[in-house]
Amino acid sequence: MADYLLEMDDVCKAFPGVQALNHAKLQLKAGHVHALMGENGAGKSTLMKCMFGIYKMDKGQIYMNGKAVTIKDPIDALSKGIAMVHQELQPIPAMTISENIFLGRYPQKKVLGFIPVVDHTKMNNDTNELLKKVKLNFDSKQKVGSLSTSQMQLVEIAKAVSANCKVLILDEPTSSLTQNEVDSLFAIIKNLKSNGVAIVYISHKMDEILQISDEVTIMRDGQYVGTWEAKELTINSIITKMVGRELTNLFPKKENVPGEVVFEVEDFTSINPKSFRHVSFNIRKGEILGVSGLVGAQRTELMEGIFGIRSKSSGKVMLHGKELHINRPKDAIDNGVAMLTESRRTSGIMGVLSVADNISISSLKNYLDYKISINSGKVDNLVKENVKKMNIKTPSSKTPIKSLSGGNQQKVIIGRWLANSPEVLILDEPTRGIDVGAKYEIYCIIADLAKQGKSILMISSEMGEILGMSDRIMVMCDGRCTGFIDRKDATQENVMALATKFSS
Amino acid sequence: MKKESVSDKIFYIVKSNPIVFLLVIASIFVGIFVENFFSWGSLGNLISNTAIRFLIALGVSGCLITKGTDLSAGRQVGFAACIAGVLIQRASYAGRRFSAQVIPEMNMFIVLFIVLIIGAVIGLINGFIISRLKVPPFITTLGTQTIVYGLCLVFTDAQPIGGFQDSYINLVTGRIGKVDGFYLPYLLFIAAIFGVLFWFIYNKTCHGKYMYAIGGNEVAAEVSGVNTKNTILRIYVIAGVMYALAGYLLAAKSGGASASMGSGYELEAIAGCTIGGVSTTGGIGTIPGVLVGVLVFELLKIVLQFLGVNPYYNYIVQGLVIVVAVALDIRKYIAKK
Repeated sequence: MADYLLEMDDVCKAFPGVQALNHAKLQLKAGHVHALMGENGAGKSTLMKCMFGIYKMDKGQIYMNGKAVTIKDPIDALSKGIAMVHQELQPIPAMTISENIFLGRYPQKKVLGFIPVVDHTKMNNDTNELLKKVKLNFDSKQKVGSLSTSQMQLVEIAKAVSANCKVLILDEPTSSLTQNEVDSLFAIIKNLKSNGVAIVYISHKMDEILQISDEVTIMRDGQYVGTWEAKELTINSIITKMVGRELTNLFPKKENVPGEVVFEVEDFTSINPKSFRHVSFNIRKGEILGVSGLVGAQRTELMEGIFGIRSKSSGKVMLHGKELHINRPKDAIDNGVAMLTESRRTSGIMGVLSVADNISISSLKNYLDYKISINSGKVDNLVKENVKKMNIKTPSSKTPIKSLSGGNQQKVIIGRWLANSPEVLILDEPTRGIDVGAKYEIYCIIADLAKQGKSILMISSEMGEILGMSDRIMVMCDGRCTGFIDRKDATQENVMALATKFSS
Repeated sequence: MKKESVSDKIFYIVKSNPIVFLLVIASIFVGIFVENFFSWGSLGNLISNTAIRFLIALGVSGCLITKGTDLSAGRQVGFAACIAGVLIQRASYAGRRFSAQVIPEMNMFIVLFIVLIIGAVIGLINGFIISRLKVPPFITTLGTQTIVYGLCLVFTDAQPIGGFQDSYINLVTGRIGKVDGFYLPYLLFIAAIFGVLFWFIYNKTCHGKYMYAIGGNEVAAEVSGVNTKNTILRIYVIAGVMYALAGYLLAAKSGGASASMGSGYELEAIAGCTIGGVSTTGGIGTIPGVLVGVLVFELLKIVLQFLGVNPYYNYIVQGLVIVVAVALDIRKYIAKK
């Protein structure tokens, strides 16, 4: 055991409704880069958050140099020499680079021998030295808010390096970096390696993984699949190991055959040059079009653009051959387009409001007496009908939605959209954070909607879901549409190949 | 078994409204030991005071439910009182702010109309700044309250306004019933009408439902097709109209107006709403709750007055009640998590 600098053994962690980690393990050697791979939602970030003390493990043990240790919180982790660069960056924009890097451990000096104040001179000098060491050409007094996302990411990496850590966790460090910046990151990593630092490297970019890492651990559904020497692996063998699972009977049988083209999107381009561009596709009546791609492929951004949440610089949306002018969600809704957003919490549920209010909010206009007074009887019927039809488990329709499980919340929001009887339904990660049983119910609802003749656009990061549900799959990579695959031709490998087309 | 469930229910009611319960006990106690507390006179007094505060609190409640606030409420009340006062001064009154040639004596209902329009315009300005320019409500109304106060000083030249038409005063101080027996002030009916109207708006109209949705999750409401900007705009316009109405009534009730009138009323209204269970984190609040909150606050004042507490201490007690009430209220939600 003492061969390993850090070892995580038999880690379990459950969130309400999902078993995020199921007997996961990880073994890190000093001076090695260890890649951690898996599909979105495989539990990579969760495992790292357990190591860094952000989450408490339900079960499991961490060993450092063979000795059992407990990591209470991030401060504890840092004091034990573990540093982490998070997937979602959290720098404070209004503060300078040096203030961000030394946040929580400001050097102090005493004025008049007894009044402690922050020693800005020392802090700025140390920061400049550090930036020089990692070859970043910034001034320590620059405000972090003035940097680009990729520059912020580099500063965050410098911050982690400055902690003089023994273990460095990099969670998707290159997702917003340019090739030059990736090169300088790799130089930093090689430097750290030679100093005996163990690095955990999480990324979806296969060629990067093979280029930089020594070992690769693969996870699937919160479980440990195995660890291999990087040189034993190829891109194809990694993909097979990542997604290779039984997919039988997880999905309901889809009975209908898609009809005529209903909805068309032409040359859709974002105002943000790094986001979606020149995307065209169409969808037929009763068709489920799966939208696949890796994190950062701009699938959500594209759909939000179509739905009027984000702005576009060019592009047309047509329903039954008639162009729609959508500038805000209301315009889309009025034209029969609905969208289940990616994050239930931030843009889906209205937590303190009741199940009934959450279902009826976007269709209230249909239930007015004398054009002003809401007919409670009609709304009650709508709610009852939905609760019954979708098997929503709730104590009553007056229960606040936040006390329901994720799967039931999702059904409520699907119900909200169906109340408007849309023709086109955009579903962005419809089963994220939902347990297996409820997932199947949601798949049945989706298949049923397609049967009723609705056109469904389903973004999903779960390969199984995409392959099991879609009539046709659209794959995106780096903001562009890289291809369409018919159901009969679809395999995990050819979807992955399109999804990583521009990843080098 | 059945008996137990009833006592459980009572315990539950007490537990969920601790401050209300304490005040009821306190007022029964005061009623027993202090003469004249239980009298038609003090009841009428309580009703009249509560009615005007309730109208203001109704206005503020919409702002609070959408996670906003309205600090300009008190100054808007004062401004409306002064405008009403000046326009309603008798032509024969010696101390008129403007001579009868400049501003003639007007019918009090025309004056009401003018005052409400001005209230709506101020509300529209607040709502525009908040919903379109995206300035936080706290800052917006902090600014407009100062502006409104300034306008009021300019308009009145900081002089007290008096000499109102008798019919105007009678409208508000008038009552049904005997002076020294059972009576109900007209204000009770005005407040009741608006209470019912607001209950209708909050529970039965799209505007009301959208308001709660915005407070619950503004992004989700927007994505669900709610016109969040216009809903917020309407809330502040309605609020402005309510303050104007309250100001119009307050001037008549007091028999005079001055620029300092209404000062601090916004805080009382916000306190009343929060005591009544309007959540400062948005999305929660009912009209009966607002009524109870305002009533509790006014009851507290009268209890303290009857107990002969030095008025200076009143502020300390009122402040404590606000903090304790909200702290107890929030515990309900913390425990649920």
